[in-house]
Amino acid sequence: MLSQLCRLVRFVSMRRAILLFLPAVLVPGFHKAEAQQEQPYFVTYSSQLEEPGNLEIENQNVAASPANANAFFAPTMEFEYGATAWWTAEIYLQGQATANDSAIFTGFRLESRFRVLPSDHWINPVLYVEYEDVNEADKSFLEIVGNDTISGLEVPNAILREEIERSMEGKLILSSNVKGWNISENFIAEKAVTGAEPWEFGYSLGVSRPLTLTASSKSCVFCRQSFAFGGEMFGGLGTSQGFGVGQTQQYLAPLVAMSVPHNLTFKFSPEFGLNDNSAGVLWKFGATYEIEQFRDWFRRKQ
Amino acid sequence: MKARGLVLTVLIAASVVCFGKADGSWLKKVPQSDRVRVNPYADNAEAVKVGANLFTNNCAKCHGENAEGKGSRPSLQSERVKDATDGELAWLLKNGNIYKGMPGWSGLPEQQRWQIVAYVRSLNSQGKAGHP
Repeated sequence: MLSQLCRLVRFVSMRRAILLFLPAVLVPGFHKAEAQQEQPYFVTYSSQLEEPGNLEIENQNVAASPANANAFFAPTMEFEYGATAWWTAEIYLQGQATANDSAIFTGFRLESRFRVLPSDHWINPVLYVEYEDVNEADKSFLEIVGNDTISGLEVPNAILREEIERSMEGKLILSSNVKGWNISENFIAEKAVTGAEPWEFGYSLGVSRPLTLTASSKSCVFCRQSFAFGGEMFGGLGTSQGFGVGQTQQYLAPLVAMSVPHNLTFKFSPEFGLNDNSAGVLWKFGATYEIEQFRDWFRRKQ
Repeated sequence: MKARGLVLTVLIAASVVCFGKADGSWLKKVPQSDRVRVNPYADNAEAVKVGANLFTNNCAKCHGENAEGKGSRPSLQSERVKDATDGELAWLLKNGNIYKGMPGWSGLPEQQRWQIVAYVRSLNSQGKAGHP
């Protein structure tokens, strides 16, 4: 694993690492202390929607050096807007760069999440609807559905990018907050809009908690209230023609998030493959920046 | 013609649902068991200080730096807030009033929600605390 890691570190150049800090570079003029602790999940959604009027910019990256395939780095930019207190809309732009191959744009996703119940319950359902237009060269690992395996990573980008998949995806997000812990379960169903492919299914489960439940009166960076930790497990569940977890990728991941002043949150997770269809380890890291009351920029001053 | 009328009705209904003004109707939804809950941080000066910090980080962007209100988003220095019990305020903070634009803050630990209530109460210091 150490040699794979070294290979990966060499591949991820300084120029690409700068992408992680892009949100911070883009928006230097805002000075606010950290807000509500971001949940540390990379794949799992909780019932927490974006606050109305806020725009969240997230740069999420995955890097890996799978056996029998070239090392790769895949950044995703997410723009998440709180349209109302019960509706969050989001756009994803994705790309990837593969060692000894090429760097390409792989596609986009449009997504909306709707809170179903008006008040908080012991379990809170949220409906997720997504349209995706991504080519087969996508290596973002935002989720796993169907019988997706790591063997697809061996194929060169030039061939994969020719195959574009347009599909609709639905998720049922269930989430609970118990004594400071967040427990979330996502069930995914995806159907290609074109072609006669069967329904594909997937799941993800996540648990997280802030390091401390009480806040301090001082704004600080390396204090306990700035950190959240947790874990998530995700993978495919096969298709409508063959349901099951055996023929697809499965991952288990510890998670950590750190919120700092300026509305910035950094997240990190090594995701460990649980079977031969999965990569040994996916290194995920990301940064989130929240622009508060973005919609006020377009309102007349009162 | 009929279809146009229907679209107009839906649009008006949607705008009322999406951008409705806070009118205090949420108070009727608070269960009695929540209404009478007591703030464990009531009259705790340190909690008020922490609550003020949490308020600045989470609430001030909509309600204003001093909770004076901002645009259509209501002031928290009001008779309605003054008359509400700590339990009612805590219930609102947890559940929100999503069709009036107030999101739920159940993702924030309960202790921190109570600290915010302590701060809001300090702004309306003549208010009444809940009784078990």
